[in-house]
Amino acid sequence: MELLAFGDTGWGDELFIATLMTIVVSLTAMIIGFLFALVFTPLKLSNNRLFNFIGNSYTTVIRGVPELLVIYLFFFGGSGAIMYVASIFGYNEYIEINAFITGSVAIGIISGAYSTEVFRGAVQSIEKGQFEAAEVLGLSKSIQFYKIILPQVLRLAIPNLSNVWQITLKDTSLISVTGLVEIMRQSYIAAGSTRDPLFFYSFAAVLYLLITYFSMKVINRLELRYSRGH
Amino acid sequence: MDFELMSNSFPKLLNAAGVTLKLLSVSLVVGLFIGLLFAILRLNKNIFINKFAYGYSYVFRGTPLLVQIFIIYFGLGQIEYLRSTFLWIVLKEPYWCAIIAFALNTGAYTSEILRSAFQTIKPGIVEAAKSLGVPDKIILYKIQIPIAIRQSLPAYGNEIILMMKGTSLASTVTLMDLTGVAKYIISTTFKPIEVFIVAGGIYLFMTFCIHNLIKLLEKKYSF
Repeated sequence: MELLAFGDTGWGDELFIATLMTIVVSLTAMIIGFLFALVFTPLKLSNNRLFNFIGNSYTTVIRGVPELLVIYLFFFGGSGAIMYVASIFGYNEYIEINAFITGSVAIGIISGAYSTEVFRGAVQSIEKGQFEAAEVLGLSKSIQFYKIILPQVLRLAIPNLSNVWQITLKDTSLISVTGLVEIMRQSYIAAGSTRDPLFFYSFAAVLYLLITYFSMKVINRLELRYSRGH
Repeated sequence: MDFELMSNSFPKLLNAAGVTLKLLSVSLVVGLFIGLLFAILRLNKNIFINKFAYGYSYVFRGTPLLVQIFIIYFGLGQIEYLRSTFLWIVLKEPYWCAIIAFALNTGAYTSEILRSAFQTIKPGIVEAAKSLGVPDKIILYKIQIPIAIRQSLPAYGNEIILMMKGTSLASTVTLMDLTGVAKYIISTTFKPIEVFIVAGGIYLFMTFCIHNLIKLLEKKYSF
């Protein structure tokens, strides 16, 4: 227990901050993932062959390649790519992007591929009649989307999105290889300096389980909220 | 694009893909047995056995694979007692530690897949066998398990692909699998995109093969 004391003598406060970091990175990645899903779901559902191909390539490649490899691509290639783009605009200084941004974007792109699949499935399982009825009632396109389609998509998507959340949360442990101090990295540091890896990695496992447990409670409430009337 | 680097690194990466496949196949075989065992325990009526099996799958599915590998590779070596037993011969090798972690992890997911497959078997089938006087053991081995395997093929195919991606974590405990070699080449040449295309291509090809193999099996065992 001394090992977990707050302050200079223990690792309690460091691990607490690291836990917050894990949560923040997971949430950021999840949001970035939604943005990607927002772009790629329509592409996957479109009738245009080229759009379809782009959408399918994204989900197939990301879901078929290990997360760690994607993270290495961003970690080693991220600043190079930004510098290349900047040099086109005439900026030739060295740019270093920090581990938080690299990690969130890398995990976000992975999370986005899973979210895209979830949203695609949800949109496809809405009956055609719903679209037609909304059209016949003369509702405008934006009202059709926000008031008729989106609430139904959310209801159908939330259970599967909770899986995506869990995958994303666990994937953030891989960002520790880039040096971002989240649960895994902090445990690695603590294990190294106290020579007690068994305790710290087991404690890390407990922290992940706690995050999963409490986030499932929140998601269950959301699920209830969006399935009112069903 | 540095095409020379791409063609030079291809044979090295292909070699490393062999390590990935070996890790994958050994952990899948061991994991399948663990999964089957825990699926049967989950269906047991004894509440302690049931809770134990549930706890196992909850913990292994709720924590990152990286934590599991680190606990087994770095953590278990710390227990003095283990070092004096024959288990140490296995646990001091990163190769076996990775396999133990992968097998336990995939075992947890497999047990869930098989459990839900067992539960979808219609009770009438088992009742029919019972009324024909078939012994319980034969009902399990000849009726329930074959049906459960067919039911769980699509989900298990996904699990194989997820596990194949999971083996990339072996590179964090010094094993030179496909991701390990790719990282080594990237960090010595600083050409991440070229290496990513080649290594990612090999992974995608393996995903493609597994996907089609499972589809073939599904066709073969459909009824």
